[in-house]
Amino acid sequence: MSDAFVSLSDLTLSYGQTVAVPDLDLDIAEGELIALLGPSGCGKTTTMRAIAGLLTPTSGKIVIDGRDVTRTPANQRGIGLVFQSYALFPHLSAFENVAFGLRLKKLPEREIRAKTEAGLDTVGLAGFEKRKPAELSGGQQQRLALARSLVMEPKVLLLDEPLSNLDARLRLEMRTELQRVQKDTGVTMVFVTHDQSEALALADRIVLMKDGRIEQLGTPDELYARPATVFAADFMGFENIFSVNGMELVSETGRLPLGFEADCPKIAWRPAGVTVGEGPHSGKVVASSFAGDHREYVLETPLGQIKADAPIEIAEVPAGAVVSFDLPQSTSRALAA
Amino acid sequence: MARTTNWVVLGLTLTFLIGPFIIIIFAGASAGESLAFPPAGLSLKWYAKVFTVESFRQSFMLSMFLAVFGTLAALLIGVPAAYALNRYKLPGDETIRTIVAAPIIVPGIIVGLALLRYLVVPLDFTVTMALFFAHTALVLPYAVRVVSSSLHNLRADMEEAAVLLGCSRLQAFTKVVLPNIRGGVLAAFILGFVTSFNQVPVSLFLSGPGVRTLPIDMLAYMEITYDPSVAALSALLAFMSLAIVFAAERLLGFSRYV
Repeated sequence: MSDAFVSLSDLTLSYGQTVAVPDLDLDIAEGELIALLGPSGCGKTTTMRAIAGLLTPTSGKIVIDGRDVTRTPANQRGIGLVFQSYALFPHLSAFENVAFGLRLKKLPEREIRAKTEAGLDTVGLAGFEKRKPAELSGGQQQRLALARSLVMEPKVLLLDEPLSNLDARLRLEMRTELQRVQKDTGVTMVFVTHDQSEALALADRIVLMKDGRIEQLGTPDELYARPATVFAADFMGFENIFSVNGMELVSETGRLPLGFEADCPKIAWRPAGVTVGEGPHSGKVVASSFAGDHREYVLETPLGQIKADAPIEIAEVPAGAVVSFDLPQSTSRALAA
Repeated sequence: MARTTNWVVLGLTLTFLIGPFIIIIFAGASAGESLAFPPAGLSLKWYAKVFTVESFRQSFMLSMFLAVFGTLAALLIGVPAAYALNRYKLPGDETIRTIVAAPIIVPGIIVGLALLRYLVVPLDFTVTMALFFAHTALVLPYAVRVVSSSLHNLRADMEEAAVLLGCSRLQAFTKVVLPNIRGGVLAAFILGFVTSFNQVPVSLFLSGPGVRTLPIDMLAYMEITYDPSVAALSALLAFMSLAIVFAAERLLGFSRYV
């Protein structure tokens, strides 16, 4: 890609003898909001630290805004990072936390004051200038950390698990905030998360990682609707995954006839994609729980346990009862191994 | 019953802790000519005399010098050492920790003798230099330990944040790490100061003609003159130590660090 703003090529990252990320290629466009998604140990944080310059690559190249920064020290890269722990300076006031980087740039005092105040204002912390970080709530601390990075006008803003330390309400607020900041400033953002719902809600594109490699890369729509592999499907909520053998579904415990022809090694359904109450198969209800707009069932079937979500309109089937179900082609997703 | 026992234990503990101190205060405030308790009448003349004894004045200055500069030197080595031990995975760091703690564990008599025999005599150190090195070495374990525990509570990502905002590693240390371990450094200084000031066994070996630390000078004084001025001086020193620790406690919650 020629219009890549951030370009990682053949990037290998290791800790001592342990290779965390072997040979990664990734291009990010200017102003894009990218999520590095994956379970812990998948290399997403390592990749982020390499972009920031906190980790020197074993081999490969990092180009940002047309400049090879592979060997550029972290303090000269012009990249912002909002840490998961926020990493605010506890001995400094909110104002001085934000002004910290500007002071290092030796800007005139007037400019420092103006930029710092504007930065605090942007994240809704005007009036909190004199507070120490410990005197701010978790959400406020995070916004302070965000302001501290933003006033530096970074080329790329990195965020490490930006929503994980917040409660549900603040999470929604922060999500909106991040999207607004990104729209207002146009800054290229890369954030790391293990939560697929965060990635889906926030990112323009998602980089799903596994064992230091990119498992799948795509828009949230693509990844949600069309995961390509078993790993991606599992991560995107396709909880019922089976092997295909001709016209049969196969699992460790047994087999079930498949109602259509599938030319793939694996096939998967979301719980919501399983039809409950009608269909050629039958299973015993092991557990049933109310989830507001739907009811979640666990069915015991020849294939093992299947998770199925039924619309609330369908009368509850009590645990222990046998219910018919279907695994329709329309809601299935064919997968590579 | 259990309540009574508690009070008795508490009373005994306090008696043994504070009792000698009270005895010293009053023994020094004697109107008599020799060291005795209870004192023969009360007067402050021995407290006044302390300030007129020339050797006390000299040895007090030496002890002050050693306590202040020995501790500063120990911090100059100890703070970076504690930082390195905390932040980096060093080969043999456990061994380094043990070696650093050694001067606390090894009896002072042995440290003194070893320093005298293998450092001072062969290298022809002056007495003051020898004392300075010895006190620095003795205070170093406290410096490393107290500063370490402060550093331990300071997250490493704070320095990374500083670096990403434009700091060099050194600036990150001076602008972010140091201000946040200030309390620990001060606590280490006070602990080191008191340790050095009250040090006897090592100083005993290294003191030379005319150059003595205050505690050694007091010992020497008592061997010749058995008057209450030593008790008076002891009480004054105890008050000085108390005042320092009390001020430190009020200023920064000293007890959190020790």
